[in-house]
Amino acid sequence: MGEAIAFYFIAACILGFAVLVVTTKDTVHSVLFLVLDFLFVAALYVLLGAQFLAAIQILVYAGGIVVLYLFVVMLVNLKRPPEAHSDPRRKTQWGFALSVAVLVELAIVATREYVRPAPALAAASAALPVTGNTEEVGWLLYTSYLIPFEIASMLLLVAMIGAIILAKREL
Amino acid sequence: MITPTHYMLLSAALFMIGVIGVMVRRNIIIIFMSIELILNAVNINLIAFSAELHNAIGQVFAVFVIAVAAAEAAVGLGIILAFYRNKETINIDEMNLMRW
Repeated sequence: MGEAIAFYFIAACILGFAVLVVTTKDTVHSVLFLVLDFLFVAALYVLLGAQFLAAIQILVYAGGIVVLYLFVVMLVNLKRPPEAHSDPRRKTQWGFALSVAVLVELAIVATREYVRPAPALAAASAALPVTGNTEEVGWLLYTSYLIPFEIASMLLLVAMIGAIILAKREL
Repeated sequence: MITPTHYMLLSAALFMIGVIGVMVRRNIIIIFMSIELILNAVNINLIAFSAELHNAIGQVFAVFVIAVAAAEAAVGLGIILAFYRNKETINIDEMNLMRW
């Protein structure tokens, strides 16, 4: 019962703040609502027993990425409102229609009966020699997923160099 | 009782809010934030199934998704800054240099 109350409260906050992020006129307010949204998503991760991911969510998203967004919003000081000019060929109602079609499709997929996996899959992680969420994730990252982990570090390095070159004064 | 279906519906709704943001807004910074919302919806799905199956592999994938999201935000915001220097706008309807 307590879990259900927590889930519905967190879900309502996540969706409400997400709507505010998309609809707010002021970009700075939008970024701040995005921080709140990420914090509630982190709370949802705690509810699901993924404490390591919750910490990463707060550190990387709410701490890192959002600060990057705030910097860009403040560097880009606009002399005219960003949404003043609208392309006459833009078809917003088609965007809405396509989004609703996506939601209907996803809801049909989500509410279908699903077959519970064979117990062999569930037993695979029970055989890990460690206990605790962080240890489990770390064990998998440094054994089975070592090469993807290294490739992700290369991706971050390349992205960092690319961002520096793009943001240089003379491009 | 909260089943994976609840988490999937929450994830689908968050995904749709992100898709509407991408489709409807013209401020490119808001479009990037909508993409972050979409990636968060994906992560919620991965972690819900990770908890359901008692298998931490889903959480490993979520870590990779977060790494890619960080790279995407850095490069995307660099592109926004470079574009703003050239054209003094962040309206996506005015970004038509490469339109055929």
